[in-house]
Amino acid sequence: MVQFQLNGNAVSADVEDDTPLLWVLRDSLKMTGTKFGCGMGLCGACTVHLAGVPVRACQTPLGTVAGKSVTTIEGIRVDGALHPVQEAWIEYNVPQCGYCQSGQIMAAVALLAHNPTPTDDDIEAAMSGNLCRCGTYNRIRKAIRRAVELSAPDQTGVKQFDPNALLVGDAS
Amino acid sequence: MSEFKLNRRRFVAGSAIAAGGLILGVYPSERAAATTPDAPQGLQPNAWLKITPDDQVIFQLDKTEMGQGVSTSLPTIIAEELEIDPRRIVVQAALVDKTFQDPIQITGGSASVNARWDVLRKTGAQAREMLVAAAAARWGVKPEQCRAENGRVVRVGTDQSFSYGDLANDAAKVPVPKEPRLKDPSQFEYIGKPLRRFDAVDKSTGSAKFGIDVDMPELAVAVLVRNPYFGGSLESFDVAAAKGSPGVVDVFEVNGNVAVVADTYWHALKAAKLVDVKWNKGPLAGLDSSQIRAKWVELAKTEDGRSVRDDGDVAHAVKTAASVQEAVYEIPYLAHATMEPQNTTAVVRADGTCEIWSPQQGPDVTQALVAHALGISRDKVVVQTMLMGGGFGRRGIPDFAPEAALVARRAKRPVKVIWTREDDMRHDFYRPATYNVMRAALNEKGEAQSWSHKIVAPSMFRGLLPMFGQIAPQWLPDWLVQGATSVAGTFIKTRDQSTTEGAADEPYAIPNVEVAHVFYDPGVPLGFWRSVGHSQNAFVVESFIDELAHAAGVDPYQYRRRLLAGHPRHLAVLDLAAEKAQWGHRPGTFQGIAVHESFGSVVAEVAEVTVKDNVIKVDRVVCAVDCGIVVNPDQIAAQVESAVVFGLTAALKGRITIKDGAVEQSNFHDYPLLRMNETPAIEVYAVPSAAHPSGIGEPGTPPIAPAVANAVFVATGQRLRSLPLTLGV
Repeated sequence: MVQFQLNGNAVSADVEDDTPLLWVLRDSLKMTGTKFGCGMGLCGACTVHLAGVPVRACQTPLGTVAGKSVTTIEGIRVDGALHPVQEAWIEYNVPQCGYCQSGQIMAAVALLAHNPTPTDDDIEAAMSGNLCRCGTYNRIRKAIRRAVELSAPDQTGVKQFDPNALLVGDAS
Repeated sequence: MSEFKLNRRRFVAGSAIAAGGLILGVYPSERAAATTPDAPQGLQPNAWLKITPDDQVIFQLDKTEMGQGVSTSLPTIIAEELEIDPRRIVVQAALVDKTFQDPIQITGGSASVNARWDVLRKTGAQAREMLVAAAAARWGVKPEQCRAENGRVVRVGTDQSFSYGDLANDAAKVPVPKEPRLKDPSQFEYIGKPLRRFDAVDKSTGSAKFGIDVDMPELAVAVLVRNPYFGGSLESFDVAAAKGSPGVVDVFEVNGNVAVVADTYWHALKAAKLVDVKWNKGPLAGLDSSQIRAKWVELAKTEDGRSVRDDGDVAHAVKTAASVQEAVYEIPYLAHATMEPQNTTAVVRADGTCEIWSPQQGPDVTQALVAHALGISRDKVVVQTMLMGGGFGRRGIPDFAPEAALVARRAKRPVKVIWTREDDMRHDFYRPATYNVMRAALNEKGEAQSWSHKIVAPSMFRGLLPMFGQIAPQWLPDWLVQGATSVAGTFIKTRDQSTTEGAADEPYAIPNVEVAHVFYDPGVPLGFWRSVGHSQNAFVVESFIDELAHAAGVDPYQYRRRLLAGHPRHLAVLDLAAEKAQWGHRPGTFQGIAVHESFGSVVAEVAEVTVKDNVIKVDRVVCAVDCGIVVNPDQIAAQVESAVVFGLTAALKGRITIKDGAVEQSNFHDYPLLRMNETPAIEVYAVPSAAHPSGIGEPGTPPIAPAVANAVFVATGQRLRSLPLTLGV
């Protein structure tokens, strides 16, 4: 029995310590937002935060998580509202098939948590471990820059995000 | 009413989904709760659309959503004519239905908007006219005095109106108009606008349910220990150790592989590694990629092949030529590598019925394959289409579904079979590998007088014949299906256009042209890979035409223009791409250009590259497309961006190789995909068009490899004629 914090709540999992966190989340805790892509830490689809640091859940044995704090795609809302990274993803129509996007978003959220104003090189360095077979990389780049804007406190001139808006602002 | 009969399970009504949204792969529990037994039928002009008395507008999505955006674009088309905000529409994944079969219910060939444009506009317009007629009757006025707008019918000049739901049951009694009036495109309110994807929120919050996310009571998870050798068989296996592993439910043979069923994926995977298995290698034992290549070279010399195009007199042109240009182009096998590994959940119930939850591109193909595997009739198989983590053609051959059904039947409980990434890489249906011999006769001015293209290649459709036998109409007797597929084998071998598409129809005005196919099939399983034959033939044709341009000393853009004078759509995209890329006016950059028509659309691309230490870096790609009327410009751009990145992976990295009758690659370390740091800036421009929409999911892929290769030639002087493009070998 391993206990840890998941998205701010205490949880326990009664499976072997060598079970990857990915399958504890998906099969034991029924949290399916975190995806299985390769099982070798090569694609980033299973990216979650362990004590605030992005890790590959498929390469993280449950035993190493004991007593620590884990955040998944289901746990990044801020006071119930979408995280600015999620808002930006929606605004720029980033997802296509969408399968890799939980991992992409978790990588981006971790980047901005540690580096609120990343350069383009910072974005590439933080995101190039996450594969997207639909090739949404350029929209991810744009959306991260947009999330930086949306996260800036009281910044004038930043248009407000409306999740119900019909039209995207920038079709280019 | 049409012959379509309402199946209550088909239209899931319920307050939970009243606000619109996407419902894919409805689980049994949710479906039961959401179905109201006495729900009035409402207005249902055909199988695609239903408007309920409680004002829900429900659209049956018969094309599968795999990222290409049909769950947004198709309801937008119907909403436009129905006069309703597209966001009000509830989108449900369709079950198998005769209405949706043309002739099979499959999503591919970049055909979804193309194939549904007319019928969905008409359906929306029919419903609108029926609702208006119902309102007019209630008010006792003429239909001309009523107007449909924003989900209501308004009595003109008054503040009276009815919601569509209010009118639905009355409207259902109005005869379905045969020729409803369609909007003039200038009146379009939603079509042509960049609508936000309806699935963007679910896919940005982790709440979208993919095939691999299916869960239900008693669900077990299975991993298969698969024979790595194509066509091989199981010699022996010892399951004692696996059966003793934690969580294991059962271990048994399925389809010549060994299925390990457990309570969780990890338990199944761990136990799978304990199965002691011996394989027979089968008919491809000893086959290596080097042998395939040697056979290509031999056959290209000894065989003329089957002619698929023969214009003029090539032999005479060659005999009288001032010079002859020759080249050989080689194309490797490729895997699809969808981000979501193949998977399917199946249950076979005691009453003999089966239900399937699967991320697949062909619900009726899935149904037929499952029914065949289980030996039951197709009407006993319900197929729920789930969201899928990429398709690209792989999931049009849903071999993973019948396999899951067999596992579930043996396990006597619901089972989700999940393929490992290694399974997915080594048991794909691969993009064919081909060998191409090119020859052109040039006159004194360097002008091409002839064009010869000999393709040594297998036939994709021939390899798929056994599957076609299984999905043939059920009323056909077995002897006829078997006989037909046998005859068809010969026929398809000689007629399979997937081998020569994009080559036989090369558009350039060269007076003598011959294109021939030399059949050679080493036996590697083949399938549909984003843009199919175009993906390899565009590389060959657009590279070799570039060679001819340079041989003639003519700018490659202008060279193409001269030989495409009779092809205005090609010219338009070439000119637009060249203009936006500032072709020839970007000092210090190395540009290459290519243009190709596929799936009814024409795409030109200009690539800019830099080369350092023999590493090719693509910096910028400018795309110009003519895909007819644009339904959603942002999704047109998204699909072309996607097609370019997909094509760049193939151009720069992709190669599946064979050793001893098995695939050598296994995961993303040895079958790498393009990453963000390797992705160029991509610009997409559409030529304004009033023509019927044509394809967009695939046509962006074919031109990118040759555009990059042509740019690399400008940068280095090296003509790369093999994929993936590799310098310094």
